[in-house]
Amino acid sequence: MHFKLQPRHMTVIATPRHPVHDLLRRITGDEKHAPSAHSTLDVLWVLYDRVLRITPETAEEPDRDRFLLSKGHGPAAYYAVLAAKGFIPVEWLDDLGGWDSPLGHHPDRVLIPGVEVGTGSLGHGLGLAVGTALGLRAQGLTTARTFVLLGDAELDEGSNHEAIAYAAAIRLPLTAIVIDNRSATHGWPGDIPARFPNWSVSVVNGHDHDEIERALRVTGRPHLVVATVESKES
Amino acid sequence: MREAFVATTTALLDEDPRTALVLADISASSFTEAHRRHPDRVLNVGIREQLMAGVGGGLALTGMRPYLHSYAPFLIDRAYEQIKLDFAHQDVGAVLVSIGGSYDAAAEGYTHQSPGDVALLDTLDGWTVHVPGHRDEVPGLLRDAARHDDRVYVRLSVQENRRAHLDGANLRVLRRGGPLVVAVGPMLDPVLEATEGMDVTVAYTNTPRPLDTDGLRVLAEAEVIVVEPYLAGTSARLVSEALNGLPHRSLHLGAGRTEVRRYGHWRDHARAHGLDPAGLRRSISEFLG
Repeated sequence: MHFKLQPRHMTVIATPRHPVHDLLRRITGDEKHAPSAHSTLDVLWVLYDRVLRITPETAEEPDRDRFLLSKGHGPAAYYAVLAAKGFIPVEWLDDLGGWDSPLGHHPDRVLIPGVEVGTGSLGHGLGLAVGTALGLRAQGLTTARTFVLLGDAELDEGSNHEAIAYAAAIRLPLTAIVIDNRSATHGWPGDIPARFPNWSVSVVNGHDHDEIERALRVTGRPHLVVATVESKES
Repeated sequence: MREAFVATTTALLDEDPRTALVLADISASSFTEAHRRHPDRVLNVGIREQLMAGVGGGLALTGMRPYLHSYAPFLIDRAYEQIKLDFAHQDVGAVLVSIGGSYDAAAEGYTHQSPGDVALLDTLDGWTVHVPGHRDEVPGLLRDAARHDDRVYVRLSVQENRRAHLDGANLRVLRRGGPLVVAVGPMLDPVLEATEGMDVTVAYTNTPRPLDTDGLRVLAEAEVIVVEPYLAGTSARLVSEALNGLPHRSLHLGAGRTEVRRYGHWRDHARAHGLDPAGLRRSISEFLG
């Protein structure tokens, strides 16, 4: 399993000695989606280490922050971060996709503590996130934030654009993160922010933790964070 | 029935802060006042049925009880994968309330018809399906659905029986005689008229899922006829399983698979599908010999 890193971004995750790397290496199988998993690692780490108000102890609290991994394929980095933060036992990482394993090649919220949605089929997370943010608002849980992570190729699914337009129209407090590794087959002429009209936008280096954190701290409106990482083909 | 849905759902929004309504433009004007009172819980996403289901799933994940509403072909057919993955796969529920199933919207054409909605839900696990036969049956079904978090489909129709049967969850015998004829929802009156003078038992249900298989096994004789307002044969597997070990013949009547490329009134389409009283009498008589 290869984990390509830009040498100039020596962030916490980029340090080979960081424990989350060891956890990631424990995960076997799912080679097909390895680049997809690694592209998300830094953003996931910043979310769980610096931004999300959620711990294993508060994973069922109504006013917790919500993180929805819409890009459900390639969840190795997600599982590694959940293990590093104590949501799941690290031993689970040794049997990815096994008959007795709760960890599939796509995450299932029913089987994994701390996972908010079961995803895999692309184009579901953003709509679910819009509903989640609406549900929190309707119950007065205004301190709870909602984050959803997608891939740039996932934006090909039309269902996303139903959610993008509606969230903008009602100015829904919601943060969508798009990991951009240029994997969309036909690309996105005009670039990804052009597909999110009336959203505020941050375009960040997907390995720079401080940049990522600053972008994720924008609140109060639909906000897009494009986290650029190396091309899937590179 | 749509008016009963609007009135009951509006009342539920007032009474229960867990209730949320998600619309995709259809019927939105009927909820203007409810939206004014509950702007955070009456949500019109526009003509976006995939999003309507996703929003419903998200609301349910936060503990709310979402009611989703549109024409059946848009609510069920169009958003099938969202229904599959955004509810049961997330282990949450919702109440889906449709209008325009089968051929209610006869003059609108096949794009606005959904004879296969119940068959589609039959591919999934754990959906309760209500097919009320009268507007007065609607409020109780909707209120019952507010008391839990399961997955419920309520299929409203412009076709109605003359009187309501509020205890239609299980098979309710309305005429006693020979072979059993099961009438689902608004098929009751056409079945009663079609079988006038025939030696048959007529039983009614407005809840075909879960099907009252115990009642079916008690009432069935050597011949069983099921008349459903949606795709013919939708309940055939369940009936066969319920009567396993009992020698029987069965006839399943309902909307046909072949598109009727004509407009007109729903009564015209009922006749084309053989679901008017004359057509039913013809089919049932031929079957019973």
